[in-house]
Amino acid sequence: MTDLDKRQDRSPVPSAFDYAPAPESREIVALEERYGLFIGGEYVEPRSGEHQPTVSPATEEELAEVAYAGAEDVDLAVGVAREAFANGWSDIAPGERAKYLFRIARILQERSREFAVLESLDGGKPIRESRDVDLPLSAAHFFYYAGWADKLEYAFPNRSPRPLGVAAQIIPWNFPLLMLAWKIAPALAAGNTVVLKPAESTPLTALLFCDVLRQADLPPGVVNIVTGDGRAGAALVEHEDVDKVAFTGSTEIGKEIQKAVAGTGKKLTLELGGKAANIVFDDAPLDQAIEGIVNGIYFNQGHVCCAGSRLLVQESIYEPLIAKLKRRMGTLRVGDPLDKNTDIGAINSKQQLEKIKELVAAGEEEGAEVFQPECRLPERGWWFAPTVFTSVAQSYRIAQEEIFGPVLSVLTFRTPDEAVEKANNTAYGLSAGVWTEKGSRILSMAQQLRAGVVWANTYNRFDPTSPFGGYKESGFGREGGLHGLAPYLRFE
Amino acid sequence: MAQAPALPRGFELPLEPRLPRIGSVDQVALEERSATLAKRSIKREAKLFALELAVRMTDLTTLEGADTPGKVAALASKAVRPDPADPTIPSAAAVCVYPNLVPTALEKVKGSTVKVASVATAFPSGQSPLDLKVEEARRAAEMGADEIDMVIDRGAFLSGNYARVYEEVRQIKEAVGSVHLKVILETGELGTYDNVRRASLLAIAGGADFIKTSTGKIQPAATLPVTLVMLEAVRDVYEETGRKIGVKPAGGIRQAKQAVQHLVAVNETLGPEWLTPDLFRFGASSLLNDVLLQIRKEKTGRYQSPDYFTLD
Repeated sequence: MTDLDKRQDRSPVPSAFDYAPAPESREIVALEERYGLFIGGEYVEPRSGEHQPTVSPATEEELAEVAYAGAEDVDLAVGVAREAFANGWSDIAPGERAKYLFRIARILQERSREFAVLESLDGGKPIRESRDVDLPLSAAHFFYYAGWADKLEYAFPNRSPRPLGVAAQIIPWNFPLLMLAWKIAPALAAGNTVVLKPAESTPLTALLFCDVLRQADLPPGVVNIVTGDGRAGAALVEHEDVDKVAFTGSTEIGKEIQKAVAGTGKKLTLELGGKAANIVFDDAPLDQAIEGIVNGIYFNQGHVCCAGSRLLVQESIYEPLIAKLKRRMGTLRVGDPLDKNTDIGAINSKQQLEKIKELVAAGEEEGAEVFQPECRLPERGWWFAPTVFTSVAQSYRIAQEEIFGPVLSVLTFRTPDEAVEKANNTAYGLSAGVWTEKGSRILSMAQQLRAGVVWANTYNRFDPTSPFGGYKESGFGREGGLHGLAPYLRFE
Repeated sequence: MAQAPALPRGFELPLEPRLPRIGSVDQVALEERSATLAKRSIKREAKLFALELAVRMTDLTTLEGADTPGKVAALASKAVRPDPADPTIPSAAAVCVYPNLVPTALEKVKGSTVKVASVATAFPSGQSPLDLKVEEARRAAEMGADEIDMVIDRGAFLSGNYARVYEEVRQIKEAVGSVHLKVILETGELGTYDNVRRASLLAIAGGADFIKTSTGKIQPAATLPVTLVMLEAVRDVYEETGRKIGVKPAGGIRQAKQAVQHLVAVNETLGPEWLTPDLFRFGASSLLNDVLLQIRKEKTGRYQSPDYFTLD
């Protein structure tokens, strides 16, 4: 043995690279103990006299008490919004409206860390997502629609666009601030006033947003926030003096709203559930497709209406793709939403967790193979490990029903025609993904898929300029872009 | 290892019976993934672990026309003991020099764990006749280099002559025998991530023990997305064949933070098994001092002036 050989003898022992906790500080958020309703530019006590706690899903800790509006409160809010509409907001110079929106957008950017922390605290989503997705996109929506506020005549030439009046908006708990931005920005740009009801489990960023409105000096009554549960939502939808109803949430409630609005002349847009197909062809860039699949279903714990919850894989690459997917799932970090390294946070509510468990149990019973990577879930709070089902048949409930959790169902196909057939064979039609290197195939798939959004070689990518919305039981109407502005206008 | 088959220009035939399909890389998604990895927040013990590992993985490099025995001796001493003020700091992995300076480097690292790597094969361009390149690699190995860093012929690669690239790697591996062979792809000249993946698989099929991004003479050199493509290629080869190939980003990594980001990418792509100098290296010179500075900061809580770290 030479000296050189001896020197090569050393064999370092590999050891684990455990990331130390890196929590974002909560200090930046100052929570009140109790919140009232935001009506006419003030926080007011609810006439219903009812308050309920809102909790952090990661710890079950009570964060604050929030007012639950009753019919009387909703009536008051709509009345104030009507007054604000009639007395100024509808006919101030459009350039002035734009200024308010720009101001709101800038304040959101300035206070984005505060909002991101609160969003993760109240909703359970990882800080990485609220910081890098929810907040920048919310600000971007205000910036985008601010730009249209004084150009409506150019957006819809020769059609004399006019505002509608009072918009009633009801938003879900999965992207509380972002959905608020999607709703409020186009409504204000078009010259309407707003009464918005946040979801009962995630009201806090909407209440903090009221602070932004005051900071921006928005005239009182132009935006009113009424917190509460389904009773407040129903009162708002059914209120006679509302001109427009915009709802994002479950298909079930969407149908009820459509019934309630029928025959009233109120304009309606619904953005409901989905069961999107994410289709991977055998020529796809595999490692990136894996990222897209993971981002498609595990983004925001799968609490995404456009989540890629059905994975359609071409049979020729089924095995390597599943092996890669399982391996990748093993690197997902589930835990404290405020930790900057967390990939999957807490399930938003106990109720939602029960629903996910119920459907997963159904999947196992129906005969699908279940896989979950090893991961330690925190003891307190509501958690669900990332899950994938293989050997899923089109007829299983987990292939048909929206789970709205971190659960993926994998199906296979042999030809592009079969992929289209399976993808479209659902009651929903919100979104779809196509993974292939072939440009012509992307275009032909996009034409054949009955989905409002088709992503090519990416997934869950949003932009304020791009319209978003669904077909069939996923609802109707579009948000984002010019398409998102039109539902808030009437044309003379 | 498969015999060298006559390859058609498309390079879609598997070179080894079980070499993974070539596949493709999506630029947007790849860069997004690497940006996500770069955002991992590595603190306290985890940071110290990564920094010390980075020292053990560093190939301290000098590849200048002006290199002298004095310069190389200084560099080799630094590799053996990077921080004279802190004996707990481990040695670097290797020193990387031109063939003529291998004996000087060997002399200085004797008795330590530091290896001597030599570039060869008409570094940095690779534009010389194959027999000369083979001879150069053989001679460098004979002079005692533990590791040979060869370059691929990018001219051949970019003109679609993949068979020639493969054949060169194969012949040079044969010439250097058991000496560790690192194959430099010079990713800055390859133009696309698809090409980086293709060249990685080609070099591995030819017999590379390590694949290395760059010569350091071309910008851009090592970037996180490029390293990620190479890690993914290595992972595919490992899963198909069980062969463990090393990866060495070289050039452009100057800050400890970048090194930590690369280690996160290794950890989450190939797993902790690859977190060893046997399978991952940094080709760098100025990186080491920044890593030492950061280690001192982690240990003492204070940043020190760069004057407290030796320049070699």
